[in-house]
Amino acid sequence: MAIPAVDGLLYGVSPHPLSCGLGLTIGGGTVFPEVNFTLPPMNIAEDTWADVVAHYEQMAGHILRRAVALGVPGIVLEFELLPAMTDRPEWGAEITAVLKRHLTAFHEKHHIGCALRVTPTDIRDQQKPPLMRTGEPWQRLRRSLELCAEAGADILSIESIGGKEVHDHALMYGDFSGIVFALGVLAPRDMSWLWRQIGSICAAHPGTVSGADSACGFANTAMQLAHQKMLPEVLAAVVRVMSSVRSLAAFEQGAVGPSKDCAYEGPVIKAITGYPISMEGKSASCAHFSPVGNIAAAMCDLWSNESVQNVRLLSGSAPEAFTELLAYDCRLMNTAAASEGGALQMRNWMTKSDEWLSPQAAVLSPAATIRIAGAIVAAGTHYHRTIAAGRAAVEILKDGVARQKINISRKEQQWLTRMDEALEAFPPDERTLAIEMEEVYGGLYDKASYGL
Amino acid sequence: MAPLNELYDAILNGDAKKAHSATEAALAAGTPPMELIACSMVPAMDEVGRLFEAEEYFVPELLLAGRAMKSAMSLLRPLLAASGQKMSVRAVIGTVKGDLHDIGKNIVASMLEGSGFEVIDLGSDVSPEKFVAAVEELKPHVVCMSALLTVTMPAMKTTIDALQNAGLRTKVKVLIGGAPVTSQYAKEIGADGYSENASGAVGLVKSLLAEV
Repeated sequence: MAIPAVDGLLYGVSPHPLSCGLGLTIGGGTVFPEVNFTLPPMNIAEDTWADVVAHYEQMAGHILRRAVALGVPGIVLEFELLPAMTDRPEWGAEITAVLKRHLTAFHEKHHIGCALRVTPTDIRDQQKPPLMRTGEPWQRLRRSLELCAEAGADILSIESIGGKEVHDHALMYGDFSGIVFALGVLAPRDMSWLWRQIGSICAAHPGTVSGADSACGFANTAMQLAHQKMLPEVLAAVVRVMSSVRSLAAFEQGAVGPSKDCAYEGPVIKAITGYPISMEGKSASCAHFSPVGNIAAAMCDLWSNESVQNVRLLSGSAPEAFTELLAYDCRLMNTAAASEGGALQMRNWMTKSDEWLSPQAAVLSPAATIRIAGAIVAAGTHYHRTIAAGRAAVEILKDGVARQKINISRKEQQWLTRMDEALEAFPPDERTLAIEMEEVYGGLYDKASYGL
Repeated sequence: MAPLNELYDAILNGDAKKAHSATEAALAAGTPPMELIACSMVPAMDEVGRLFEAEEYFVPELLLAGRAMKSAMSLLRPLLAASGQKMSVRAVIGTVKGDLHDIGKNIVASMLEGSGFEVIDLGSDVSPEKFVAAVEELKPHVVCMSALLTVTMPAMKTTIDALQNAGLRTKVKVLIGGAPVTSQYAKEIGADGYSENASGAVGLVKSLLAEV
């Protein structure tokens, strides 16, 4: 593990800092805001395209204006393409170029380090079952990644969906075998293949780094459904932890971070790889509510707002307002870190604030992170690592219940027991599980897309 | 245990195999299909819905109960068709064009089915033309549309406009839902109703159809 000790896991500092973009080093001792923004409700079509571009021009201008006003030490903008912008790769590239032009002018004028992260939409699930390695959607996605790199993306990322077609179904039915199959067999196989492709695109475009993935479609789906009382919180927390293994697969194929903001599995990745991570919490309430508002910041290198629409607030535009929130969050963290022992103290306060507020937070503390990361690296294959991660998560939650640190309902405790038993009953190898799962989910996924 | 109670418990516990066998036993004993629906299946799903509302059940328990109900219905449907009896309400559901998110839509579909409605799921990324064709062909009582993205919400209005242009709007109730959708938006685009969650959607369908 790159960071074997709990107290080595701090915000702003990574064993392998990443220099990228225009004079920016991430993980080198300072936390920077990463601002993500999107359109208000509107059609994206030929006849509205000029309005779409104008929104992005305006958002970039407002965000960077606020960054200057608050003297940020550096900033990252994230452009998450909407599906129509990946479907038509030239559109995504055009917005990428617009944002890069703003950042370049900002850097030249104010000498502030900055970078542009670009995240095309994984549109490979447009047909059922999805074809991951062939077909039109993949060709358009690949073209989108290439054109965005050409247009000035400093960091390429994606929220890939390999295995999601099974995971969605298994999650809704609470089928733990299907969940492990999706997270521990299908997803890592797709991630390994996809991130080799992204790595080759970045290699062909000097200046563009192979960023990282997020288990958003898996673990954040579970987290949000649990937040709405549709799924058990403990199930969502265990899914989160197990998803670390599939997100780690990007780094096994050469990704260097920063990990995506919505990848709450980021701390585990940071502990294992030493690469910087982006996180989101309380200042992402523009996009969603969170049970991990402060603790999510405890180990971050970039601090993000997840996504904000370009709508008007009393203060000004929402992207500008949330830039201010992030900037002040980062100022406080960096101010604390400037004092001897200040970063550790601040991290511990942020951890203590939330650690036992929810199962999701309980598996996100620095101590839990090191415990989970240790369990993952001690196991061999992606499949075994996923099960090991799940066991570690269940143990952490059981400990919390036993020590009366966390208060979960009887119903939640039944699910914890059920998962504990299920994790002990998995077959010894993924091949056996794959055969079992083909009978249940065979119609949902394309075996060749996963090299099966 | 009497077959009617067995079927009720099997659905409540989400046990599809037991629901199937209990239905077979009840039919063999001469219980009319409609009695099974009225006395076991609908009360069981009502109880499942109550437990879900009370946060005693999560979605997995809800869906497993729905699956058990479907298993029983697979035996009853041919008998109902042969006797000329029909399911009372037919609903067409889909995620609108440009939107691939379908978990919320799937939950609503399952809950509607669990409440005894016939549900035709058009899937995700459904064009207005496909919604119109489904309404023309299947003559549903209700159309349910879902969107997760702010930029796909306008497709709900496009679809309602398409139904209007095809002369079908007055023949069907239109419900919308999804994370960015609001009741105000539903009014603005001329939908008949909006629900912020799946269980609310079922109640809304029932209340809208009660008005007809």
